[in-house]
Amino acid sequence: MWRILHLMRKELLELRQDPRLFGVVIVAPIMQLAVLGYAATTDVKDIPIVIVDPDRSAQSRELVHRFETSSNFKIVGMLGSTDDIDRWLDRGDAWMALSIPPDYGRQVASGRPTSLQVVADGTDSNSTGVALGYAQSLIGGYAQDLVHAAAPLAPAGGLVQAEIRVWFNARLESRDFMIPGIVALLLLVVTTNLSAMSIVREREIGTLEQLNVTPLQRWELIAGKLLPYALIGMLDVVLVLIVAIYWFEVPMRGSIPLLFGMSAVYLMTTLGLGLLISTISHTQQQAMMTTTFFFLTPMIYLSGFIFPIDNMPAWIQPITYLIPLRYFLVIVRGIFQKGVGLETLWPQALALFAWGAIVLALATLRSSKRLG
Amino acid sequence: MIRTTLAVGMKELRQIMRDRRTLLILLFVPAFFLLLYGYALNFDIRHVRLAVQDRDRSTASRALVSAFVNSGYFDLAGYVDGDTELKDLVNQNRARAILSVPVGFGRDVAVRRPVTVQVVIDGDNANTAATVVGYARLLIAEFGAARSPVTPSGVEGRPSIPIITVEPRIWYNPQLRSTLFLVPGLIAYISMITAVVSTALSVVREKERGTMEQVRMAPVNPLAYILGKTLPYLAISFVSGLLIIITAMVLFDLPMRGSWGLLCFAIGLFLVGAQAQGLLISTITDTQQVAFQIALLSSFLPTFILSGFIFPISSMPPVIQVISHIVPARYFLVALRAIVLKGAGIEAFWEQMAALAVFATIALALASLRLKAEWS
Repeated sequence: MWRILHLMRKELLELRQDPRLFGVVIVAPIMQLAVLGYAATTDVKDIPIVIVDPDRSAQSRELVHRFETSSNFKIVGMLGSTDDIDRWLDRGDAWMALSIPPDYGRQVASGRPTSLQVVADGTDSNSTGVALGYAQSLIGGYAQDLVHAAAPLAPAGGLVQAEIRVWFNARLESRDFMIPGIVALLLLVVTTNLSAMSIVREREIGTLEQLNVTPLQRWELIAGKLLPYALIGMLDVVLVLIVAIYWFEVPMRGSIPLLFGMSAVYLMTTLGLGLLISTISHTQQQAMMTTTFFFLTPMIYLSGFIFPIDNMPAWIQPITYLIPLRYFLVIVRGIFQKGVGLETLWPQALALFAWGAIVLALATLRSSKRLG
Repeated sequence: MIRTTLAVGMKELRQIMRDRRTLLILLFVPAFFLLLYGYALNFDIRHVRLAVQDRDRSTASRALVSAFVNSGYFDLAGYVDGDTELKDLVNQNRARAILSVPVGFGRDVAVRRPVTVQVVIDGDNANTAATVVGYARLLIAEFGAARSPVTPSGVEGRPSIPIITVEPRIWYNPQLRSTLFLVPGLIAYISMITAVVSTALSVVREKERGTMEQVRMAPVNPLAYILGKTLPYLAISFVSGLLIIITAMVLFDLPMRGSWGLLCFAIGLFLVGAQAQGLLISTITDTQQVAFQIALLSSFLPTFILSGFIFPISSMPPVIQVISHIVPARYFLVALRAIVLKGAGIEAFWEQMAALAVFATIALALASLRLKAEWS
């Protein structure tokens, strides 16, 4: 036990020697969360739109006014002819163009059907789909009002009405969904990096030989390396959660102690993973490559952080079970948004724990082979 | 100057060749990644698990359920009765939407009395939930319209009502396939990571091992040293970048509507910038561990989140939009999408190219200045 404490002290001393590392590990995650938390929003606002209005009648101005006052759209230009649309969309200055036919006002006034053309840039398929939906409902609402003005007695709406309720996130605020995910990712990046370099650095510098001749047991080496980083990791957990809850005001519906407990289990997997990489690499560069390419990148894409796992093809879905972040994301989002406890989350918690235990065991085994 | 640059480059290249694992990772893993993630990632929402609470059990209610299932957007997860059962289904993530049909639904529809059905949607992923809301609304409206006796227009004796139809036209990506949108982003992301990761350790490694002293004694000036360090990695990243793009074209039908020359130029410019960023990190740090941390924190998440890869920049708060200007992938993505998807010429995105050039120049200059200060 004393030996572990000594090793921990050595590690902490080494960390203190490089004050920049400390700064990077503590300050950077908070700054990143502050910026990325704002950036990671899939809500579509201020869609830049250009309008071609050769009609310039009262009716067309009324329609343009609706787009002007909507918070979803921002009119960036009024064009004289439809030929100009090309240039705006090519440069990406506008995402959408509304083209009003020249006889629009006359048609509407005399109650004849007319059609508006909406041209959209499909390169960002996701936002464009949303934007088209907005445009359609805006024009639909306008048409409905015209109907109402013309025939006040006509029944509004159709025969079957939909009453749609959204649970857990009634405002459909994407931030409440994204920020718990970013918290999980930041913890992953910071802690895996730290431990991935730990053993291989000693090997590269040549001090591993010295550790080798001490009476340290293998598991003591792993524990002594792991615990200081776990301390830093828990500090990061506290800090990023404070930013998430108090700065971004992400609603926290579940139990905070449970969240801390699960974060500790999660850190065990990320740090253990780093240590395992450290034991299988010869140089720090190799450790870095392995971490980034084979662990961090798959985790970001295949964990369900942004891309729903249900959407993935059937042959890729089994791979996602190998990713600890997948389980942790369900846990964090469950605790934050749904306020559920272990009675619902136990399968994920168990999987995460098993993952951590296996990785740590592998790292210990692997290091004993290396050193022995 | 050119001779010393080449000499440093050769030395670096020999070192890369010795470490086969790193070389193979740099060359082929990027294309393999695209293969995996290109299939894995999409925003097209299908197969939403739907639980049905059918209190009516009439022909009409079954017709509504099958309208949901046949749309292809929803998969039937099962029928439920009680409300607590419903809650459990959603909490355990076994259903993401619930369709609840009231008693008397079939009768009301038959006599054309307006009736309301309830749809509950799990909103924890706001993005997909908004889309699912749209699908549900549309399906129910269609179902109602098919059974409505009259359409709003064409009724005798009333003033005719103007009908405004919307004709949407979508350019560049008419089916709104999210793959076409995401693959260029993936290309930028993978290239950025490869480039930064490959150079971030190059200088600091020599510092940590003590071989920097030897380099300092040699008649090499800092700029030549920096360039020599970049060139081999630039060549490798360029090859791997082209491999990714070819993979994308073969497997994901990524179109190529613009010019190859421009594309290569844009990739080259972007990679120089990304590697310069890595080198700068390498010169300002003293240990590889710190260099690795900074490299990842400055490239990994920002390229993913701040570049417009997934989250539209125009929707971000103004301050964040300003910050996003220091992310080189932002410029590259605009240029890449313009060349590949829109077939636009340089006049459409020269500002982006200029910004990339400025970024690369500043980062390279800072890296060599920093090295010069350290050596003297």
